[in-house]
Amino acid sequence: MSKSPTQTIMRSGLGRARGLGSAKTGAAHWFAERATGLALVPLTLWFIYSVLSLLGAPRAAVVAWGGHTVNATLLLALVLIMFHHMSMGLQVVMEDYIHSEKRRLVSVLLMKAVVGLFGLAATLAIIKLALVG
Amino acid sequence: MVEFNLPANSKVHKGKSFPAKDAKNAKTFKIYRWTPDDGANPRTDSYEIDLDKCGPMVLDALIKIKNEVDTTLTFRRSCREGICGSCAMNIDGTNTLACLKPIADVKGDVNINPLPHMPVIKDLVPDLSQAYAQYRSVEPWLQSETPPPPDGERLQSKEERALLDGMWECILCFCCTTSCPSYWWNGDRYLGPATLMAAYRWIADSRDERTGERLDALEDPFKLYRCHTIMNCTQTCPKGLNPAKAIGEIKSKLAERQG
Repeated sequence: MSKSPTQTIMRSGLGRARGLGSAKTGAAHWFAERATGLALVPLTLWFIYSVLSLLGAPRAAVVAWGGHTVNATLLLALVLIMFHHMSMGLQVVMEDYIHSEKRRLVSVLLMKAVVGLFGLAATLAIIKLALVG
Repeated sequence: MVEFNLPANSKVHKGKSFPAKDAKNAKTFKIYRWTPDDGANPRTDSYEIDLDKCGPMVLDALIKIKNEVDTTLTFRRSCREGICGSCAMNIDGTNTLACLKPIADVKGDVNINPLPHMPVIKDLVPDLSQAYAQYRSVEPWLQSETPPPPDGERLQSKEERALLDGMWECILCFCCTTSCPSYWWNGDRYLGPATLMAAYRWIADSRDERTGERLDALEDPFKLYRCHTIMNCTQTCPKGLNPAKAIGEIKSKLAERQG
């Protein structure tokens, strides 16, 4: 004997489609994703070029390079923009694939915490390299 | 989470075979079958059709099967010339209209399934009521406070009218929406390409005066921004339209008004 079918959702299709309405956000997030992505292109190229030209250099040369204001500034820009971009991108991936409201909130907060801490650690390392050597 | 496996009662089993007798030019059609009446799993039935005695399109073969081989085969069709959108289904791995898809375009067996990731009513008939409700939710009609001139219609320049080209042709077959992975994963909240293009069709209409409200209603991480320009929509559209471009236009308009 098969169970008789039960209807648990009787809300109208339009009611469900409208849902909770528009959050009226998202444009800024979308724009920031693209803007940071664009900024990362020259910064990453510069970083790769710099690392390659420092290949095999002694420690003192690397410290001198990192102590240069322009290099330290660009390094900070690269790291801050990269971690910001990463956090925004991972948030979108999680929103795509994690459907339980509770689990999504916890995962996104956890991810932001981890990415944020790594970003801060990288920032600290650059400042240390620039100021202490 | 995303489900990568079908639930046990949705797994597709091998079904019956219907060989063609004395066919010189036979082609096999493997068709998804499911009926709510018997509690059984879906199955794939194989039908051999003699192409010498069949019209050129996949829809011709389906009609031939229903008329001559198996009357229980269920599918939607109406105009048979690509304007009603009824016979939208997945043929040879791509969503398209059976009436516009030449059998000769398919190499080997012709696999036919209902539009992906929608509830199935029976065989090749999907339940599109939620997609229709989402379409309704973007209020796809002219909204204007300025009354039309008392002696005639609302006028539009040729340039203004040209902005609607590539959008008014949409027949709402939902091939694009059901081809979109973002719609598969989040179809309860993401509006999908067909509905978003319909929304943009009114945003782009020079006669409409509620552009801002329309953009307000779309600016949402789920309703609009689940689109990640995967482009399945544009690739699959049987009318050759470009829903991805329309969605891109909505995003640029939203960025533009932020200043």
